[in-house]
Amino acid sequence: MAATLSPPRLLPSGDSAVTVEFSRNIDDAANRRVLALDRALAAEPIPGVTEAVPTYRSLLVHYDPVQIDFDKLSEKILALAKRPVPPTTKVRRWRIPVVYGGEHGIDLEDVAQTLNTTPDEIVARHVAGDYRVAMIGFTPGWSYLSGLADSLHMPRRQNPRLLTPAGTISIGGVQTGVQCLAGPSGWHLLGRTAVRTYQLHREPIFLLEPGDNVTFTSVDAKTFAEQDRAAEAGEFIAEQIAL
Amino acid sequence: MTKLVIASIGPASSVQDGGRPGAQRYGLVPSGAMDRLALAAANTLVGNEPFTAAVEVGPFGAKFTARGGAVRVALTGTPRNADIAGRAVAPDTSARLADGETLTLGFARGGSFSYLAIEGGVIGEPMFGSLAVNARAGLGSPYPRPLQAGDELPTKAASGAPERRIELPAAGDAPIRVVWGPQDDEFADETKKLFVDSEWKISATSDRMGYRLEGPILKHLHGHNIVSDGTVNGSLQVPGNGQPIVLMPDRGTSGGYPKIATVISADLGRLAQIPAGRGFRFRAVSMAEAQAEARKFAELLRTLPERLRAIESVDLNVDALHDANVAGHAVSAVDAGTWHAVSLADIAGPD
Repeated sequence: MAATLSPPRLLPSGDSAVTVEFSRNIDDAANRRVLALDRALAAEPIPGVTEAVPTYRSLLVHYDPVQIDFDKLSEKILALAKRPVPPTTKVRRWRIPVVYGGEHGIDLEDVAQTLNTTPDEIVARHVAGDYRVAMIGFTPGWSYLSGLADSLHMPRRQNPRLLTPAGTISIGGVQTGVQCLAGPSGWHLLGRTAVRTYQLHREPIFLLEPGDNVTFTSVDAKTFAEQDRAAEAGEFIAEQIAL
Repeated sequence: MTKLVIASIGPASSVQDGGRPGAQRYGLVPSGAMDRLALAAANTLVGNEPFTAAVEVGPFGAKFTARGGAVRVALTGTPRNADIAGRAVAPDTSARLADGETLTLGFARGGSFSYLAIEGGVIGEPMFGSLAVNARAGLGSPYPRPLQAGDELPTKAASGAPERRIELPAAGDAPIRVVWGPQDDEFADETKKLFVDSEWKISATSDRMGYRLEGPILKHLHGHNIVSDGTVNGSLQVPGNGQPIVLMPDRGTSGGYPKIATVISADLGRLAQIPAGRGFRFRAVSMAEAQAEARKFAELLRTLPERLRAIESVDLNVDALHDANVAGHAVSAVDAGTWHAVSLADIAGPD
């Protein structure tokens, strides 16, 4: 597709970072190009680049302007971005257990009502999904997943909640997410997982990487409570599925 | 063990260093000092590496007592009254606390943050290479939270090196320089002109995550929602109410509001020190100028040791130094009576 091979826009983000924008919208093809450029930068580092931060539609590249200036960096980035997106190899796949509904997913009933179906059907649609980590951002471990079924798309809440629990699994717009730390959210809360995508004093501290594949399985509240205790002690709860 | 014991301290005071870059792709923001030049100058005064962990002291007073031996410290950043057992400590100098002596710091005058560096640094357990406090992420050492009375900062015993002062270029009150973008195309030319032609004030509802600005309403061309993208220190994001927020070192790593401009890195510390309620302006500069300033700033940081002076030569001027650059009763950006944390929700944007 010619459109996907158009050069990204290079948007200055101050004197020490550049936003490499592939699309203005949530766009799966753009996200694949973001992740491909991220991998290319990791494989062939540009001297002076200090850090790259993938998001849905752009890659934020931090750099040291003492080592490389905006124009030279832009040239090098554009050259890397021109390459066709290579097929991804070695994709990791995770299965994340979720307790849906009730006190753990206070919006499940409302979501079902809004979408004219039953809570069980919402859960069935959510666990049927095959998701990809499009980006991790905002707070540690907050993983934004693409691949939500069209039948689960719905606008975010009018009034964001100021505090939602750690481990919340939610949907908002065309996305679903795994939230690690308690915090504000404008999404609809379907359930919780005991999986910690960010946990200090565990190796690795961050469980998911941008580009990883994720599926969900439904567990009951008792299992969640057991898994939560085990996770608190540093155990892994997410299963990595061999391909 | 030698330590500095915190006898009293106000909110918005924490251990900070150069921060922990490298994990923003996992949503972990680097944190680190609000005024990097002041941190580096304080560390240079006591012979530390420039971005060694030190105490970032908020706008309120604080008291530190040396225990288990003498402790050598240095104080930089916003001016404030300071004395050790009645002996005045001038801004931008090092000083020694004998075992049991107390360093008393007054309120910030005309700024927000001071830096108290300790010879030998704060001893703690680094995570991702940093001791900087990021309470939300549970990070920071010796305490993963802002400092409180009773906290103890382990350090090394004072070396007995002679005290120094450091000559820093005057910060001045020139406009804060920005480069346009990344989303200045979400704003009309008149709105961009309004942004650089207007006087702005920092709201008292500001903190290490972000400084809210008060001034004219900046209207968006296409609404205030964009698909989240990455943020940097100094991102000037414009939420739905049209009042910009400058993202500071404890920002979220991504945000969903258009960013009209970005403060140049050389001016971030100067912005961090502008007290709430004092008018200031922005000036747009070219990328070439911004990067030239970044290189000059890096050179300034690199050559700080050349700016050290023997302290004897200013003995007679201590009082004058003490009162230099004092801006009356300016309210700090994180003022005592009105201090509120910025809500994460304000930074989040719609995603």
